[in-house]
Amino acid sequence: MKIALIGNPNCGKTTLFNKLTGSTAHVGNWPGVTVEKREGVYRGFKNKGGQKSEKIEIVDLPGIYSLSPYTPEEIVSRNFMIDERPDLVINIVDATNIERNLYLTTQVLEADVPVLIALNMMDEVKRAGDNIDISVLEAGLGVPVVPISALKGDGVDKLMQRAVSMERTREGSTVLLSALGDKIKPALEFYKAAEVSSPLFHAVKLLENDETELGRKGAKELLDSISNGEDLEAAIVDERYKYITAKLAVAKTKGKKHDMTKSDKIDKVLTHRVWALPIFAVILFAIFHVTFSEDFLYIGAWASLGGGLPGVADLGLSEGMQTFVGIFYDGAVFSPGVILFNMFDTLFSTIQEAIGGAITTEWFAGLFADGILGGLFAVLGFLPQILMLFMWFSILEDSGYMARVAFVLDRIFRRFGLSGRSFMPMIMGFGCSVPAMVNTRTLADENERIATIRVIPFFSCGAKLPILTAIAGGICSFFGVGNADLITYGMYALGVCAAVICVLLMRNTTMKGDIPPFIMELPAYHRPQFKNLMLHLWDKTKHFVKKAFTIIFASTVIIWLFSHLNWSWHYLSDEQMNDSILASIGKLIQPLFTPLGFGSQLNQYGWVFAVAALTGLIAKENVIATFGTLGACLIALGANVGGVTSGELLADEEGITSAIAMITATGISIPALISFIAFNMLTIPCFAACATAKAELRKGTFRWTLLFWIVASYVTSAAVYTMGAWWWTSFIWIAVVAVAVALIILNNKGKIKLPRRKGKGGQAA
Amino acid sequence: MQKKLSEFQPNESGSVVAVGGEGRIRRRLFDMGITPGADVVMRKRAPLGDPIEVTLRGYELTLRKTEAECVTVEVK
Repeated sequence: MKIALIGNPNCGKTTLFNKLTGSTAHVGNWPGVTVEKREGVYRGFKNKGGQKSEKIEIVDLPGIYSLSPYTPEEIVSRNFMIDERPDLVINIVDATNIERNLYLTTQVLEADVPVLIALNMMDEVKRAGDNIDISVLEAGLGVPVVPISALKGDGVDKLMQRAVSMERTREGSTVLLSALGDKIKPALEFYKAAEVSSPLFHAVKLLENDETELGRKGAKELLDSISNGEDLEAAIVDERYKYITAKLAVAKTKGKKHDMTKSDKIDKVLTHRVWALPIFAVILFAIFHVTFSEDFLYIGAWASLGGGLPGVADLGLSEGMQTFVGIFYDGAVFSPGVILFNMFDTLFSTIQEAIGGAITTEWFAGLFADGILGGLFAVLGFLPQILMLFMWFSILEDSGYMARVAFVLDRIFRRFGLSGRSFMPMIMGFGCSVPAMVNTRTLADENERIATIRVIPFFSCGAKLPILTAIAGGICSFFGVGNADLITYGMYALGVCAAVICVLLMRNTTMKGDIPPFIMELPAYHRPQFKNLMLHLWDKTKHFVKKAFTIIFASTVIIWLFSHLNWSWHYLSDEQMNDSILASIGKLIQPLFTPLGFGSQLNQYGWVFAVAALTGLIAKENVIATFGTLGACLIALGANVGGVTSGELLADEEGITSAIAMITATGISIPALISFIAFNMLTIPCFAACATAKAELRKGTFRWTLLFWIVASYVTSAAVYTMGAWWWTSFIWIAVVAVAVALIILNNKGKIKLPRRKGKGGQAA
Repeated sequence: MQKKLSEFQPNESGSVVAVGGEGRIRRRLFDMGITPGADVVMRKRAPLGDPIEVTLRGYELTLRKTEAECVTVEVK
């Protein structure tokens, strides 16, 4: 038996789904559509009376307000109900918000499927002193109604008992019959003659001027003859709500008058005219601080005013204790997120060393310990922080605050052709692109979604930070100029600017169209549910781990093989990487980077930058790790690396020493180094992010997205390099940008006609 | 007196008379319960002046002024 759950967003549908299926839920994407549908198996009725009962599959459809054909969620739900014909549809109705919830119900009833109403949150209605008469509601709707509390689990067993005992067929019915019956009848005849399933549903949709129905042959003519110029769409909506209020007036009895609720009081503060934006900034800062800060509550910084706290190495501890304490403290107390990261990191490197030491065959130890485990752990090591970030944002979303953030920020985002809702995924990008891209599912407009996913990597993630700190540190100590922190912040700002410019560019060229509308429910504030939160995080963990063990696993093996084999398939040790397949590929593509400053103008060792950028495609933390390996390799080759030994290189975890060795050996200039950072920040993100983008984007869009990333990063880096190296080239860039902007504006105004291309330009970046 | 929903001041209330606008937006407004006869209360404006928040049919809804312009309301 197959049961579909349908209902408004925020009606408790997911809570009920989790209650029914337990942890059997698994996430799956629908082919071609990016909207999530979840499936699970009902875990009740097991071993009751010893007999084996029928297996009950539960399908959780996306939350929707209506069955109109305008959003992907609505189309998915509609097609499932009509074409896949589940044995039963359970329509969850939020009793505290019954009018708008029943509006969807009146549409669901029109399909030829059995319907059961689960009236959720009845306990809250009663607490507020109201009551809803179930029997009156049942009589008005013509289908059974079961009151439940999905959260506490009250009435859920009764709901399922009712569900299995129901008839498996039902003919559609409509609440519009008395008022609009004469209009519906000819349309119904039309669809009955065409022998489609659920003819009544289609007939009413046609009268609602539904785009998908108008595509049918003869439908448009029929609608014109029926409507006779009358606005049937408005009449139908009006009639649905009239019917609901008429039924409600009997079913719902209002209790005592409500005072200003707690929700209202919280809202007064959080969306305050003056305080809303500062409060939001503080919350955001706190989240990132708790998850990523290496100086929790700035204890270390405060202490440094009075002499400072000792580093972990200066505490005089035994080696084991030093490792243990180093997880929590090193001259400053780490934030919970960093502590978790360190725990995993210590655990992983212990495993890695133990396994590496146990294998005696050199090449196999290298492949297994350094290649496979090293690659996997590099990615899995980020899992605690990604999950933690995800948890904070889930809490904000569950509590209803995220919707207010969209409300507060919409004004700013509209300027760029986006809505307030795209803010959250973008800001999450500073933590990790993967959860950020998944979060774009809350965006209703397809163009807005594509644009947001594309610029998310520009919000420099946690794994790109080491590139920034190592090279910025290298620049400062080698050339003796600038301030490392300033360079780092500057690069973050560059990423944000690139994102803004690219969104503007896309919205004006390849993704023209109206600014997506912003008509959104602001749900009442409530406390997030711990159990649901955990289930949600568990879902994400499974997803991420699965990815780590498939795509990332395969790619690390390939990269390792390429860097440790030469063309005649002989094994090379780390120091001989110069002769590897990877190095020769690096040398081959090196000239491509000449306009960016790290190509052919460098001396014979210049290929290291090309190779580092290549390995960054797997995971961005590889870039600096590759510097370390290649540095050791350069020393073995006898290059001038400024007198450092390979031991010093590998001991410096921040990679500044490696960066300096690279700078000395290759003779690269400052503008080229900045350009190298910019390139790595803006180009194709890591494997995990690419895989997520591919899964989240519509078919065919991903190829263009890859091209967009390449073009955007290449153009930006070229601009950074040339303007840094020869100041007068700024005029050329300004002229190019001016011409591009002028052409786009003139083209959009229809004054000139540019040839239509499908590619995504990045000229103005 | 009739005026557009976008011209409402906080705490003003009224009853919807007509809903205009292009197909998709109009449908969305309908689906969210903004139909002729529905009672709306303007709650507040966002800190930057736009969008606005209204209460109708027992819940809170936010929409931009451009969308609220499509809604004609009889002031109570």
